[in-house]
Amino acid sequence: MENIEEMGKILLLFISIISWMVRPPLKLRLIFKQMEFVGVKSIYVVVLTGTFTGMVLALQSYYGFRMFSAESLVGSTVALSMTRELGPVLTALMVTARAGSAMAAELGTMRVTEQIDALSVMATNPVKHLIVPRVIASVIMLPILTIVSDFMGIIGGYFVGVMVLHINKGIFVKNITRYVDLGDLYNGLTKAAVFGLILSLVGCYKGFNTTGGAEGVGKATTEAVVLASITILISDYFLTAIMF
Amino acid sequence: MIELVDVHKSFGTQKVLDGLNLRIEDGKTTVIIGKSGGGKSVLLKHIIGLLKPDSGQILVNGIDITTLNDRELNEVRKNFGMLFQEAALFDSMNVGENVAFPLREHTKKKEKEIREIVDERLRAVGLPGVENKMPSELSGGMRKRVGLARALAMHPQIILYDEPTTGLDPIMTEAINDLIINTQKNFNVTCVVISHDIESIFEIGHNIAMLYDGKIVEYGTPEVIKQSDNPVLKQFLSGSLVGPISIM
Repeated sequence: MENIEEMGKILLLFISIISWMVRPPLKLRLIFKQMEFVGVKSIYVVVLTGTFTGMVLALQSYYGFRMFSAESLVGSTVALSMTRELGPVLTALMVTARAGSAMAAELGTMRVTEQIDALSVMATNPVKHLIVPRVIASVIMLPILTIVSDFMGIIGGYFVGVMVLHINKGIFVKNITRYVDLGDLYNGLTKAAVFGLILSLVGCYKGFNTTGGAEGVGKATTEAVVLASITILISDYFLTAIMF
Repeated sequence: MIELVDVHKSFGTQKVLDGLNLRIEDGKTTVIIGKSGGGKSVLLKHIIGLLKPDSGQILVNGIDITTLNDRELNEVRKNFGMLFQEAALFDSMNVGENVAFPLREHTKKKEKEIREIVDERLRAVGLPGVENKMPSELSGGMRKRVGLARALAMHPQIILYDEPTTGLDPIMTEAINDLIINTQKNFNVTCVVISHDIESIFEIGHNIAMLYDGKIVEYGTPEVIKQSDNPVLKQFLSGSLVGPISIM
C-alpha cells in the first residue's frame, strides 16, 4: 500500500515538474550547472566502467565463440551489447550512484535545514528552482554519457580482441558495421534519456520529502539509490521489449 | 493586517491548532509565546502559507491566503520576509549571493544596484564586508543577522521571526533584539516574533500572545500580560513546574 502511495506521489511530482518546466523563465544557468555536475563530472567514472565492460565482454565472448570457431563475432557482440544494453544501463547505474545520491542528499539537507522553506517564503517555487534543472540536465546528459560509454566499451573490446587475443582487426571492425546499425544506438540513447529521468526524479523526490535530520538525509540517499536502480533495471526490460 | 480566524490544524491524531483566533496589528511587533512543541512555528508557517490549515481562514491584507493558488500565493509572499530559526541560508551560495537572491529572482535591477542594496542591508545588520564569506564560515549569531539582511532585501511590509535569539549568548541576544526593534521602527514594518526568551519579549513586543492548547489564551500589551491572572501565562512567565502547563 505504501509503495502505491509513493508511486502516486512521484507521479504527482512529475506532473508538477512538467507544469513548471513549460512556464518561463527557464533557468539556463542552473541547468548548465547541473549539466556540469551530472555530465562532465561523471565522465571519468563512465569512461572507466565503459572501457572495462567492453574489455571483459570481449574476453568472455571470445572464450565462448572460440568453441565453435566464431571469434570474428566478438567485435559485433561487444558493440551490440554496449549500444543496446550495457552502455545505457551501466551509465545510468553509475550516475545514479554518483549524482542521484547527491541530489537526494543535497535536497534532503536543504529540507531539514529549512532552506527549501526559505525558497518558498521568498516566492521562489522550489520545484522550478531545484528539481526542474536537475531533471532537464539528467535527461540531456545521460544519452551523451552513454555515447561515451558505448565508444569506450568498443575501444576496450577492440583492444582486448585485436591486441590481446589477436582477432583480425579488419574482420573485427567489419562485423561491427555489418551487425550494428544506427537504430541500435538510437534505442540505447532513448533508454538512457528515460533512465536520466528516473534517476533524477527519484533522487529529487526522496531528497525533497526528507524528514528527521541527519539520519533522515542518510535514509533518503540510500532509498533514492536503491529505488532508482531497481526502477532502471525493471524499466529496461520493458523498454527493450517495446523497442527491439 | 494579518488575521487568523478559527484555524484548525492536526498532524495525524495530534491537534496542534484548535480554533485559533489572532489579529496582528499593522506596524507593530506581535510576539507569540508558548511552550516548546506547542505549535508556534506551525502558526508562523500558516501565516506565510507554508502550511495550509485543515479549516479556518488566514487573512493577509484582507485576502484569504488559504484559497490562493501557487502563483497568487507567491505574489502575497513578496510582501513578507522571514528569519528562520537556524537562518536557513543557502549553503551553496556566499553571503552576498544569499542576500541578493530575492532581488535577482524578482526584480530587474542591475548588478551594480543589487550590490549596493546587499552592502546596505549587511551594514544595517552590522556585518559590512562579509559578502564573500560562505555561511559555514559564520557563527550562529552572524548567520541570523545575514538571514535578517536577506529577509529585508525586498523591503517587506511584514517580517516573521522564528525564535531569533534561541541559542545565542546574552550580548548577541541583545544585538538581535536591537535589530528587531530598529528594523521595525526604521522600515515601519509589521513584525511577528516567536520567542521563549521572557526578557526579550517584553523588550521587543508591542503586543504579546500566549499560545496554549492550540488557542491564543491571552493577548495584550506587555503591561497587560505582566498583570494577567491567567494561570497558564503566570506559570509560563515564572517558569514554574507547577501549573496547567505540563512538561510532557
